[in-house]
Amino acid sequence: MTDFIASVFSSSNYWFIVLRSTAPILLVTLGAVITEAAHIKNMALEGSMLWAALMGVIVSAWTGNAWLGFIAGIAASVTIALILGLFALKLDANPVLCGVALNLFSSGGTVFVLFSLTGDKGISSSLSSKTLPFVRLPYIENIPWLGSILSGQNIIVWISVLAVLLIHLLLNKATIGRRIRATGENIEAAKSAGIDPVRIKFFTLVISGVLAGIAGCFLSMGYTSNFTSGIAAGRGYVANAAEVVAGGTAFGAIFASLIFGLTDAMATYLQNVGLPPELIQALPYFVTILGFVVVTVVRDHREIQRKRRLFEGETRSPFGGGSGKPPRTTSGAME
Amino acid sequence: MKATTKRDRGFFHKLGYFFSDKEKLEPTLVIILTAIFSIVLGVGLIFLVSKDPVQSARNFVLGPFLRTYNIYYLIIVMVPLTFTGLALCIIYQLHYMSLIVDSSFYMGAVIATAIGVNMTLPAGIHPLIAMLVAGLVGGLIGVLPAILRIKWRANELVSSLMLNYVFYFLGSYIILYFLRDRNQAILASLPFKATFSLPKLIPNTQLHAGALIAILFIVLVSVFLYKTRWGYQIRITGANPKFAAYTGIHVASIVILAHFVSGFIGGVGGAVEMAGLYRAFIWQANPSYAWDGVIVAMLAKRNPKYVPLSAFFLAYLRVGADFMSRRGDVAFEFVTLLQGFIILILASDKISNSLKIRRLKKAALATEGGSRTRTTSSSMEGNSL
Repeated sequence: MTDFIASVFSSSNYWFIVLRSTAPILLVTLGAVITEAAHIKNMALEGSMLWAALMGVIVSAWTGNAWLGFIAGIAASVTIALILGLFALKLDANPVLCGVALNLFSSGGTVFVLFSLTGDKGISSSLSSKTLPFVRLPYIENIPWLGSILSGQNIIVWISVLAVLLIHLLLNKATIGRRIRATGENIEAAKSAGIDPVRIKFFTLVISGVLAGIAGCFLSMGYTSNFTSGIAAGRGYVANAAEVVAGGTAFGAIFASLIFGLTDAMATYLQNVGLPPELIQALPYFVTILGFVVVTVVRDHREIQRKRRLFEGETRSPFGGGSGKPPRTTSGAME
Repeated sequence: MKATTKRDRGFFHKLGYFFSDKEKLEPTLVIILTAIFSIVLGVGLIFLVSKDPVQSARNFVLGPFLRTYNIYYLIIVMVPLTFTGLALCIIYQLHYMSLIVDSSFYMGAVIATAIGVNMTLPAGIHPLIAMLVAGLVGGLIGVLPAILRIKWRANELVSSLMLNYVFYFLGSYIILYFLRDRNQAILASLPFKATFSLPKLIPNTQLHAGALIAILFIVLVSVFLYKTRWGYQIRITGANPKFAAYTGIHVASIVILAHFVSGFIGGVGGAVEMAGLYRAFIWQANPSYAWDGVIVAMLAKRNPKYVPLSAFFLAYLRVGADFMSRRGDVAFEFVTLLQGFIILILASDKISNSLKIRRLKKAALATEGGSRTRTTSSSMEGNSL
């Protein structure tokens, strides 16, 4: 078994697949990170991806241009995010419930549209859709092991890397990023500073819609070359879990989505060893929950430690030193 | 005293009272309007895509009542919707969002299959044992997201959606590797023992005794939520967890209890579906009745009493869509699209309270014109649910 795992990890093909299956998760996770920063949960990411994947295929088949499909996909995805915003922010609906509703709407709606156009419920193979270009890196492709990993990836993989940087800069360096975080941390304070929280939340929803749209287009125009029903396969939900693992930062999102990507890519290899495919398919979701739990446990533990330290400082300072150990009961009772 | 006099009156008095009480009438009216509007939207969609829209629309709207078979079919479809709707009523009473009932239902069906295929028991007891075991397993599964939420503050909707994938694959693994009938070309389990099947209510139809079990559960869940201490504690915890904690309710155990009961109902639902409707496990994909349960519970306003009505409405939509899609060129999935739309409307307070807001605004304007008292605007804010 260890030999097998070692051989997988040393194979360049494995890492090629890792990059490929991490990219869409990374993009949606970034979308979840940015909306969560403004403290609104976008559960409709799954639906956004589905519509983007479908519209990308339809428009690229119709116009013959992959990039027009790409733009249409993003537009569809942003529309879903805006509907969520309309209901959650303007019509006082519970955003999570709206997300559930929109996912239902999308899973049924995409199949409905696909069937109405092609007469097929499962796959869009009768549409001659285009795929987004794959990038061959001229000099890097000659490097023995690394070259075959990095070269030949779809352009979206590189866009996802770029997106990490952009979201990082947006959240940490730009004025709007500070406003987003202010809205997320304390909405009343943000309001009193003249920030319109509804506008900020709409802005983050649009950004997350764009990111989910890119990811959705990648699924049907790069990762595979067709739209199939339920093509997002829960990636939108995984993103919401991965957001917690990411700890609300753009670079954390790389780590979080790699957990999914590594297991997802491993699954294709484990199938060759004779493990039942059903259990392997469950693995990425299982590992995501596991990561989700581990990260929250670690974070809670740190939080308790931090509070304990604060408490120690507090007991010491008025008496200039103090006896050192705080009573244990207080820190234990911390929730 | 007012409450007792109200209760002592007869049905028509109650009805009259209901129609004179705008607080009660308006939400019901909104739900009825939503239902009508969703049917109209459905018909509009049919006209958009169908080549023979009149026939398709007729099949969709009237289809469920055109054949006697369809009426039985409607009741059969209502059964699983009732179970998942009831399960989600409990979750929503708690103001939680978990969708783990999907797993409970699916695994309940899988466990029932295992018992139906492998165990030899007398006719009456066989399905009962299967339901009980499926319920227990479903309950244990249902508890998982609650534990994740309580212990590690993991969002229960996100974790339940992840777990739904895990349990779906686990369930199909069990069917494939332990219960599969290798003589069948399609994926199917070995046939159930004859003792496992629930009796048919009317001979030569599909209408099975599961409908009676569903009715029993509606009564049980109503009593549980509104007449028992645990039910009361669940409702208090949902309304205000801090208050519940101050009154001495152990919130974490109540949350876990509610999730267990909800999962139990889901598990039983899965077993009933298997024992009532099938001769072997033949689901090629997860039927995902929990997603339909969301809308059943929401239409019923989280009250088990109204679950049969909302399950009937949803079953009506589904049977109509099924009838239509078999005879026309419109995909069955358009009903899922409508369902999403209905949840959106019901979830948004501003729409579902629009009648009330209008009435209060009118009242506010009237009083402002007269005596300039402005009490109504504050009462409007308070009653947003």
